[in-house]
Amino acid sequence: MGKTLFEKVWAAHAIRELPHGQTQLLIGTHLIHEVTSPQAFAMLRELGLSVPYPRRTFATVDHIVPTDRRTEPFSDPLADEMIKELRKNCAQFGITYFDIPSGKQGIVHVVGPEQGITQPGTTIACGDSHTSTHGAFGAIAFGIGTSQVRDVLATQTMAIGKLKVRRINVYGELSAGTYAKDVILHLIRKLGVNGGNGFAYEYGGGVFDRFTMEERMTVCNMSIEGGARIGYVNPDETTYAYLEGRPYSPKGNEWEKAVNRWKSYVSDSDCVYDDVVDFDAAEIEPTVTWGINPGQAVFISERLPVPEKATEDQRGSLAEALEHMKLRPGQPIKGTPIQVAFLGSCTNGRLSDFREVAKYIEGRRVAQGVKAIAVPGSQSVAAACKKLGIDRIFTEAGFEWREAGCSMCLGMNPDKLVGDQLCASSSNRNFKGRQGSPTGRTVLMSPVMVAAAAIAGEITDARQLFTPESHSFNSK
Amino acid sequence: MALKKILEVTGTCVPAAGDDVDTDRIIPARYLKCVTFDSLGEFLFYDVRFDENGQLKNCSLNDVRFNGATILIAGRNFGCGSSREHAPQAIYRYGFRAIVAESFAEIFFGNSTTLGIPCVTVSRHDLGRIRKIVESEPKSEMTIDLTKETIRLRREKFPASILPSARDALINGHWDPIGELLQARGSVEERVAQLSYMAPG
Repeated sequence: MGKTLFEKVWAAHAIRELPHGQTQLLIGTHLIHEVTSPQAFAMLRELGLSVPYPRRTFATVDHIVPTDRRTEPFSDPLADEMIKELRKNCAQFGITYFDIPSGKQGIVHVVGPEQGITQPGTTIACGDSHTSTHGAFGAIAFGIGTSQVRDVLATQTMAIGKLKVRRINVYGELSAGTYAKDVILHLIRKLGVNGGNGFAYEYGGGVFDRFTMEERMTVCNMSIEGGARIGYVNPDETTYAYLEGRPYSPKGNEWEKAVNRWKSYVSDSDCVYDDVVDFDAAEIEPTVTWGINPGQAVFISERLPVPEKATEDQRGSLAEALEHMKLRPGQPIKGTPIQVAFLGSCTNGRLSDFREVAKYIEGRRVAQGVKAIAVPGSQSVAAACKKLGIDRIFTEAGFEWREAGCSMCLGMNPDKLVGDQLCASSSNRNFKGRQGSPTGRTVLMSPVMVAAAAIAGEITDARQLFTPESHSFNSK
Repeated sequence: MALKKILEVTGTCVPAAGDDVDTDRIIPARYLKCVTFDSLGEFLFYDVRFDENGQLKNCSLNDVRFNGATILIAGRNFGCGSSREHAPQAIYRYGFRAIVAESFAEIFFGNSTTLGIPCVTVSRHDLGRIRKIVESEPKSEMTIDLTKETIRLRREKFPASILPSARDALINGHWDPIGELLQARGSVEERVAQLSYMAPG
């Protein structure tokens, strides 16, 4: 009987079974950032432990960095303390650190892939739940807590229970104006925000076969929003083409050997999954969230649910979400005014996201009264956008073009919502207070839908706003 | 490392929030700006407990009837969202020693277990009953028995579950695995040498 990629990678990295039943798993690549690592380094010092494999940990700074003025010291003394602490820890333990002056800084889940650190058949852990992003390359990648960051630093291993594998097929063709973001929002809506608990998601089917690496990353990134801490796509020619020539990719003779090895990890055609779910791409429309968890979503053409018509079990959650969002039961989501538009994050802050949006906003203006910010996921993304003149298209359209970081995805830097502002956001979480204001409201959607909302001043159907001009959606 | 064997937790309870309570609700991201976990307890459920002017809001966590509670009663999918260990750290530092819910998000569950906070699940029906008892008699003591996987509250008994690996780790005092992980140094070295991407290049 064949094996899944998950089982093969797991077996290659399992050191032993621990007495209470978990596996001691070797972590090939460890990524760290400033928020969840300082306490881990403090624990190492307290226990007198060293870092035996410092070359297998890579660091960058993303959550707390300001995206406007970057001169240090930062105006927020806590943020300043955190970046200094990371610098000190990396220097002391000999860890590679992509700091701001390196030109390679960015969101950890953007930096890993673009540097070629993220590779198929590897295990990757990071103290950040969106580590699932790296699964796009056929890696087993997952978020961990700070005590586990300590464990990985001190032993290059951690204790973890084996997961089941659910294969998710998306067959057919996506309609024009429907993106990877819509696919994952739709999957979460259908499978539930806790549907993936205990599972690794393996994504496949024609839609994933045709997806670029950046589209695969968008989907894998939000696996965790569906409760699955791991989501992956089997590596293929698209994966290898993306990785070839990147700074940390294997070179020369090693390249061919690596590709052969990567191919050996692909799920066997006769492997058995614990569960299989099929979706038809044609049924997916541009999707937006309306509530306070990513599963509370509708197609742009739909109306909001009515709590009275829901099951008793669901009623309380729906009512709480509607109250926080200040939306009415049964109203259309289309036409909801926005005050802020945020384009960026580890979900949708890559070159292809900005390039796609640039096609539609050229010659248009952000609506009056809307604050629109575009935040590249890394300094490399920013540089690539600049080279193509994309940054100029954004600023001419009325967007603020910022420096790389997590920015308004979460309120840990100066980019925050104020009061009950409603934000059209390309990020991944619409939890209460997520964007920095306890009463702030987040509506998740694809980058092109964010741009459409910014220009219209309200949530709108990008397919209607951006036609009948001759743009062709999704053209690569 | 010898750790305390956690066989049972006894204490009064506080019912908190509903379903899908995420880690941003448990500890808002703006309070993650810290290099130690020491003061996180005061920011637990900050936006649930305080309004925008820092005034106490009307919620069970601010209700004096539940003062001194050490067991948190939650709903379905508790702790979803981020992998931040700040969430269970804040829960522990606030004074909670166990959480009872219908279900837990996976990363949160693992993080809590590593800190020695048992996360036990009960059926939705029993959870409703537990909430009712706690709300009507807040001083009732609950005992979570991890060995027998039961919860006793007043004169009632409820079946409770916990992932077997977590249960064994807690009752045998192995909930923080660092000591065990350090023992396998030799096998780790061998495996690293076999995996070409990990070998020094």
